[in-house]
Amino acid sequence: MTSLALYLLLAAMIFAAGLALAVTRRNAILVLAGVELMLNAANLNFLAFWRFGPHPEALTGFLFVMFSIAIAAAEAAIGLALILAVFRQSRTINIDQIEQLKG
Amino acid sequence: MTLSFLIPAIILLIGAAAANVLRNLVHCVLALTLTFAGFALLYLGLGAEFLGLVQLLVYVGAIAILIVFTVLLTGGGVQGERHVLSPRWFQGFVLSVLVFLLLGYGITKSSFTTHAATSVDSYPVSLIGDRLMTNYSLPLEILGVLLTAATIGGVVLAIREPRQQTKESE
Amino acid sequence: MPFIVSYLWLIPALPLAAAVVSTLAGGRQRALSAGLAIGTMFFSLLLSLCALTHALTFAAQRWVVNVEWFRFGQTAVQIGWVLDPLSAIMLTMVTFVGLLIFIYSIGYMARDERFARFFSYLSLFAAAMLGVVLANSLLLLFVCWELVGLASYLLIGFWFQKPAASAAAKKAFLTTRIGDVFFFLGMMWLFARTGTLLFVDAGKGCLEAAQLAPLGIETAGLGLTVAAAISLLIFCGAAGKSGQFPLHVWLPDAMEGPTPVSALIHAATMVAAGVYLIARIYPLVSLGTHSSLTVIAWVGAFTAFFAATIAIAQNDIKRILAYSTVSQLGFMMLGLAVGGVAVGIFHLITHAFFKALLFLGAGSVIHGCHEEQDIRKMGGLRKQMPVTFATYSIGMLALSGFPLVFSGFWSKDAILESAHTWPISQGPFLLASAAAVLTAFYMTRQMYYVFFGKSRVEHRHPHESPTVMTVPLVILALFAVVLGFAGTPVWTGFQSFIEMQSAPAADLAKLIEPAFLGTLLLSTIIVTVGLGLGWLLYGRNALQAATEPDVLEAAAPGIFRVLAGKYFLDELYDATVIRLHRLFAKLCAWLDDHFWSNLVAMVKWDVLTFAWFSRSFDVAVVNGGFDSSCDAVQAGGESTSHLQSGQEQRYLKWIGLALFLFLVWLFWGARG
Repeated sequence: MTSLALYLLLAAMIFAAGLALAVTRRNAILVLAGVELMLNAANLNFLAFWRFGPHPEALTGFLFVMFSIAIAAAEAAIGLALILAVFRQSRTINIDQIEQLKG
Repeated sequence: MTLSFLIPAIILLIGAAAANVLRNLVHCVLALTLTFAGFALLYLGLGAEFLGLVQLLVYVGAIAILIVFTVLLTGGGVQGERHVLSPRWFQGFVLSVLVFLLLGYGITKSSFTTHAATSVDSYPVSLIGDRLMTNYSLPLEILGVLLTAATIGGVVLAIREPRQQTKESE
Repeated sequence: MPFIVSYLWLIPALPLAAAVVSTLAGGRQRALSAGLAIGTMFFSLLLSLCALTHALTFAAQRWVVNVEWFRFGQTAVQIGWVLDPLSAIMLTMVTFVGLLIFIYSIGYMARDERFARFFSYLSLFAAAMLGVVLANSLLLLFVCWELVGLASYLLIGFWFQKPAASAAAKKAFLTTRIGDVFFFLGMMWLFARTGTLLFVDAGKGCLEAAQLAPLGIETAGLGLTVAAAISLLIFCGAAGKSGQFPLHVWLPDAMEGPTPVSALIHAATMVAAGVYLIARIYPLVSLGTHSSLTVIAWVGAFTAFFAATIAIAQNDIKRILAYSTVSQLGFMMLGLAVGGVAVGIFHLITHAFFKALLFLGAGSVIHGCHEEQDIRKMGGLRKQMPVTFATYSIGMLALSGFPLVFSGFWSKDAILESAHTWPISQGPFLLASAAAVLTAFYMTRQMYYVFFGKSRVEHRHPHESPTVMTVPLVILALFAVVLGFAGTPVWTGFQSFIEMQSAPAADLAKLIEPAFLGTLLLSTIIVTVGLGLGWLLYGRNALQAATEPDVLEAAAPGIFRVLAGKYFLDELYDATVIRLHRLFAKLCAWLDDHFWSNLVAMVKWDVLTFAWFSRSFDVAVVNGGFDSSCDAVQAGGESTSHLQSGQEQRYLKWIGLALFLFLVWLFWGARG
């Protein structure tokens, strides 16, 4: 296996782990953490392709990841603020118990 | 399979597995932080030094702290929860396994035309800055707006409503 | 085409337009109604005078204008108008007498609140009558004939609030209808045989020689030729309109209408329509062995005598005149049958004038006596109503046939002479002579009762009528005298004019012919006997009080009662014909209740059942189907909405699964 494939495989593993974290844990904070892990795995993917792809001097993947990190930060902040608001509202962050928006 | 790949990989995997399994919320968060650090190491290994340090600064230094704050503010993790996993956790586990298998299949079956891992060229920060200011100036500005909005939004969401004592005091 | 001939149609059209306009204008427009009626009648009179002059100038010619009315299949129905001496003289008479009566009506009906409506009816009547006179087609004549009947119904029943008046109007209409049914049958038979109803049509008309010849030869059963049978059928219609026995019963009752109506309709014009009809179809009637003419002669003579006997026992001033009209119509029919068109029509013309005069005079008397009509309650009016008295005397003398001076003498003389020389029988002559005696007698009786002796008027003092009513009386009186000289045997101007022969010279030699003198003498004797008897019985002992019995009544009460009761003919009709009719009506009503209504009910049930089925289908299938499909949609929606469980992790799992499947599909595609 080429090193690119190895990196990609690793990223896939972390992605799966993040997905598992997001859908199996009860705590809302951990769902968010899972999302962050998935984002990070995607970033790794980008960087791997940047490094082993053509024209690394164009810095395309690099800057993509940079923006991704910035956005992930903003999103994490907002997500956590939301969790705080929900917690104030219903005194729980157990997402099984937050189901008012059902059909 | 060089060492500079292997060590951060192991750290990553351990951290991710731990985050999934551990009972205590704070322990999970710490495992997460470890994972972020592992990523940073990998970025450094890939020749993206700037990004590796940015990863450390932002993820480890800010996001992880935020998560910890939130954990503390929501009063969680003080005692171990009885049921960590949601009732139908198996469905999610199966799903993630499936996704991994599929992705793995795709990766292994694809043929990548890769360039030889050239010597790790260092790209000076000035180059990054130059790119940001010319080709990617628009995304930069948008990002600025986004961050502003996120800041404001975060404050609005998190602020406590002032209690209404009497109507005259409005 | 001479000018007057092509515009002849205006003569009936103008009064018709007046009738329509004044009807639409409403009941309040008194001046408009009367003005239009009199104005259009005046114009029609002028046009009629043009026509008469034309006919006089171009003697012995007939002009015809035919237009196509409608067409069904191959056959075209044509109508048209004719200008010949007969129609010219009739037009002039109708318009002139009509105009005078219209003017008279302004005074007579002045206080009536339906004044305007009266004049529109009068115009309608005038239009219809003029249409009858002008028609060149039996169909057009029949249509106008019926219109005349309608107008007379409206006018007789003008004061419809009086039950007697509306009953009289119905009686008139129905009785003439019976005659009209036979008329229609005859008309249809004629049409079937000749293929046309036009009288004159350049040789193809139904009264022209080519068409008539076969009709006179063929027999139709009962010993009659086809021509005679058709003529008798048409004569039934004429008998109805002209009050011949037995269809005369409506005419006396028709006196319930206003007096101008009686004058116009029942003296001068409508009743004369029957006589005119026979005169018009004279070529048909006189064809062959004259069997129909024989019938007409006997019917006419009998009617003349019969009605005269009734008249001597009547006490209502207008009824006496009504029976007198019936009697004189009998004379006219007799004249037509035995003497020809000229004899009958001459008497028609003279009668129109003096009978209209008599009726208008009677109206003046009634108006002056404040609506009193019983002659026993009048008397001595000659001093209080001098003009009326003078003109009435002239009319009475003309009717009685006073020798030489008055027109009635010459026209009645012609009839009696023709009856005397009739080869078939002398019966009609005898009947007619007796009727003439009786005519003079009852008119004298009436004169003495009304104008002489002590005044038996009960309430207020009688007064003379206004000028607008007396002037027409004077004009008519003038004509009652003058017209007679148009038709003396010495100068047969009228006869040759009507029968379209060459213009004669005054034949003074006739004056000393023994036959001529003989008839003259006979007529004079008849009149003298009648007047003398009248003076004997009524002149010398004037009636003192209204309740005193009549001289004749005192003498022969039984006969008098029969005569006064009109031979109880109305009662006979009531017991037979009317009763039968009522029975039939009851039968129809019973059928309607029990038979037809059940049929209708069956149909109704069918419809209802069908409706029930339809509704059930609609409710069960259509509604039900629709409802269940809506329910299905709703249930589907409900079950689908459970997908939104509010649990975000579940959503995430679904997204993940979708992603997985999508990628599988992509890889599968890439592999393939």
